[in-house]
Formats: sequence, structure tokens, C-alpha cells
Amino acid sequence: MNIRDHYIALQTILFKETLRFLRIWIQTLLPPAITTALYFIIFGQLIGAQLGPVDGVSYTQYIAPGLIMMAVITNAYSNVMSSFFSAKFQRHIEEMLVSPLPNAIIVLGFVGGGVMRGLAVGLVVTGISLFFADLHWQHPGLTLAVIVLTSVLFALAGLINGIFAKSFDDISLIPTFVLTPLTYLGGIFYSVKMLPPFWQTASLFNPILYMINAFRFGILGLSDIDIYLAFALILLFIVALFTYSLWLLYRGVGVRN
Amino acid sequence: MPTPALAIRGLRKTYANGFEALRGIDLEVAEGEFFALLGPNGAGKSTTIGIICSLVYKTGGAVAVFGHDLDRELSAAKSCIGLVPQEFNFNQFEPTIEIVVNQAGYYGIPRDLAYQRAENYLRQLGLWEKRREMARELSGGMKRRLMIARALVHEPKLLILDEPTAGVDIEIRRSMWAFLRDINAQGITIILTTHYLEEAENLCRHIAIIDGGKIIENTRMQTLLGRLQTETFVLNLRRPLAQSPEISAYPIRRIDEYTLEVDVDREQGLNALFQQLSAQAIEIASLRNKANRLEELFLRLVDRQEHAL
Repeated sequence: MNIRDHYIALQTILFKETLRFLRIWIQTLLPPAITTALYFIIFGQLIGAQLGPVDGVSYTQYIAPGLIMMAVITNAYSNVMSSFFSAKFQRHIEEMLVSPLPNAIIVLGFVGGGVMRGLAVGLVVTGISLFFADLHWQHPGLTLAVIVLTSVLFALAGLINGIFAKSFDDISLIPTFVLTPLTYLGGIFYSVKMLPPFWQTASLFNPILYMINAFRFGILGLSDIDIYLAFALILLFIVALFTYSLWLLYRGVGVRN
Repeated sequence: MPTPALAIRGLRKTYANGFEALRGIDLEVAEGEFFALLGPNGAGKSTTIGIICSLVYKTGGAVAVFGHDLDRELSAAKSCIGLVPQEFNFNQFEPTIEIVVNQAGYYGIPRDLAYQRAENYLRQLGLWEKRREMARELSGGMKRRLMIARALVHEPKLLILDEPTAGVDIEIRRSMWAFLRDINAQGITIILTTHYLEEAENLCRHIAIIDGGKIIENTRMQTLLGRLQTETFVLNLRRPLAQSPEISAYPIRRIDEYTLEVDVDREQGLNALFQQLSAQAIEIASLRNKANRLEELFLRLVDRQEHAL
């Protein structure tokens, strides 16, 4: 296969993956819109109205970037994880494995699908956010870069989960017991400066904190952490997870005997 | 010598649980051949196919497809192969045509050309009217044909069919045979595994039998069938018969009042038998082979192998 063939193959997987989540939009795009609206009504309007400003902005404005990022992370992750696991479960991953597709194209295709869903959900949730919060885009380019890179990172993580998963239990373990707690503790609803010193330090080991803060910086110009450090960490994780995914596929983990 | 479509040397596979599925297989399939790879369940057929299609890692040996070694030129080897697996392995929630078109895309075929080819194969296989239906809504026979269309869309030189007509009714099976004969005549080399030995006898010109991870027979179909010394015929009588007749040189058994069974040596022929039956006023309404000829040979070969182990 030459470069043109690789491009067509990548385009095919991307198209197929995008069509997959668009075809079931009631399961993929609608729930995050409803959940985010509920968060804004309960935490933003009802509870948030009782709270004073955080770092000089209203509480509703403060939580908006975190809520958008949470939806993006969750959806980029679950899209790739469920799609890859389903392909293994129904064995149609073999369609790709028997073809001359390089493993890198398979990884990029699935991850691209996850990014597309992450961005589509991000767009929907941002639309909802604008109903409740007055958002000024302080650094639009940086905001876009953070959201794309974070989608890539979590799509890769979802792919690795999908590669290892052998049962439906395995695809719910990591999201429930790792991803959700880290996301909620990643500073969506609070600034880490509000925490006692020990928990401020402990929070710095949570990678999601860096992504949420970088995104908040892009929208509101506020961050608890160094933006360059956030970008460096995201890129480092992407390189590590991409290399690991390629190695897993090369070894045939979960897909070949 | 022309490059064989498939060349396998000393192929071995031991699974992680220690099961030795292949114990050093040597096999060569000539270009343009219609080749039967037969064997009982668990003999190693699917493992062999899995290795050829790189779904299973080999433990030892070498495989080359049209001269492309799997270890050195995997991509080129894969481009030559189309696989129709034993089990349905497509996304049940995708429209029929999308499954075929996407498969073409994985081989780098542009989408407009992929649609043209998909239309061609879906029409030939009687699935064009079903192109927009989700794959899960197709019948079993249609799903099998969908996998054939999918395997052909990148126009492979070698088509591997792992029990392609399992569970398919006889009418569809025969139309699939006609289609396979047709594409073989166009130059596509075909390797077929099947449990319907009548299918292998009808379609294939060469046969290899695998058992216990070894090739126990590898020859021309006619050569193998020529080894059959005795055939058993079932004779249906026009009038009831009270007891078994005495026929010299032919072991004959009365099954019921209208049915006889007789073993005929290939050197003997049937003329003397009919003369003796006529002399005893026994009128034959019809006759048929008791079992498929290849089936008899297959069972003998596999049985011999089991005793040898």
C-alpha cells in the first residue's frame, strides 16, 4: 500500500466511525446535552446563585469549561472503547486485520473517530453552556488545541481499554472507577486553591486537572496550573499511549491468536 | 516453474495452552486451482487459514502467497487474499453495501470505484435489492453471500472459503457453486474447506486432507476417487421381495421388502448383477450410490490416521 492507499483507508475508518455515532445520536449526542443542562440548572443556577464569584467570575461561568471538558473526555474515551470492543466482540475487527492496513492507520482511524465524537459533543455542550453562562473566548486557538489534544489522549486511552477488554464488565470498570472520580476531582466545580494544602498537592497528580485548567484558561483566562506544563503533559501522555497502542496491536493482544 | 498461489513449508502452530494444532504442514496450491482442504473438526483447517490470513501467529515454518513471504512482504501477501470465514464477522448494525464498500477502503480503493465493485458483486450474488438493509436483517444464506462479495471487492488472486455454504439451502448452495466455478474460470485461485463432501467433489480439482495437524493426503481429486475399489448401491424394487436373493459374486443384503443393498467391485461393473436379477424376475425401479464417493474415502483415510496415532 502506498501513501494514497493509506489515506483512503484512514478516511474509510474515520467515515465509518463518525457515521456510527451519528447514526445513534440519541445515545451519543443527546445524553451529554441533557446532563450538562441539568448540571447548569442545579449547580449553576440553584446552588451557584448562593455562592459568591470564584476567581472574579460567576460560579456558572467558572464551572462551564470543566463541564464541557468532562463531556469531551467521557465521550472521546467511551466512543473508541465501545467501538473497538464491539468490533472484537462481533469479530469484524478481522475485516481490518486481514487487509494490508498498517497498525498505525487502525489506531489513527479509531482515535480519529473518538476525536470526532468528542468534538461533536463538545460543540453541543458548548451550545448548551451559552444558554446559561456568558463565555468570552480569551484564547480561542489555545482552547481548540487543548480540546483536540485532550480528545486524542482519551480516545487513545479508550482504545487501550477496548484492546484489553474481554467482557462487558471490563469496559465499564475503568470509566466507573478511574475516569469518573478523576474527572470530578479534576477541578470542574472548584478551584484547587480552595483545598487544604495536602489535597492541593495530591490534586497535582491528577492529569485531568491540567486539561480542565488549560481549557478554562483558554475560555476565561483563569488557571490553577502552568499552561505550558499542561501542554507538555498532554503531549507526553499522547506519545506514550500511541506507542503503547501500536505495540499492543503489533503483539496482537486481544485480537490475534 | 510458475509461482504457486500458496506455498506452505513446515508450518507449525502451538497455542498458548500447549495444544499443538499444526505439526509441520507442507502444502502447495497452483495458480488457478480449485483446491479442497478437508479434515474433521479440530484437524487444523481453520488454524491454517488463520495463519495464511494473518489472524493467527504461526509458531514455525513459512507461508508465501504468490511468492510474497508472510514474514517479509506481509502487506503484498494480504493484498492477494480474500477471506470468507466460517463465522459471520461483519458489523450486524451496518447496511449491507457499506460493509462491502468499507472493506474496499481498507485496501486503498477509492470510494466511487468501491461502490461500482460493490454493486457488481452484490448484483451477481443476488443481494443488490438488500443493499440498504442492515446486515442483521439478512437471512443466513444472504449473510454468507455478503461475505463472499466483501472478500472479492478488492479483486484478490486467491479466495479462501471456510465452509461458505454451511446452513445454506440446496438451491442457494447450487447457485453459489455456479458463481464460484465462474470466478475460478476467470482465474481466481480458490481454496475451499467444507463439511459437504459432495461440494468438494463437485467443485474441486485437487484435494488435501488434514488430520491431527498433519496433511494425510494431497492429490488430484480424480486420482483419489480412482482409489475407491468398492461402491455400495441401493436398489429400489418395483415389486416386494420376501427374502434376500442369491446372487453369485455380489454381496447383497435385503434392507426391506422394496430395498436391496449391494457391494460392487469397480472391476466387476453392474451388467452381470442386472442379468442375474432379471433371471430371478427381480425388477429394479431405480438405483443410487449409498454414500458420496469422496465421503467414503475421506472416512477411510481419517479412520486410518486415527488408528495410526
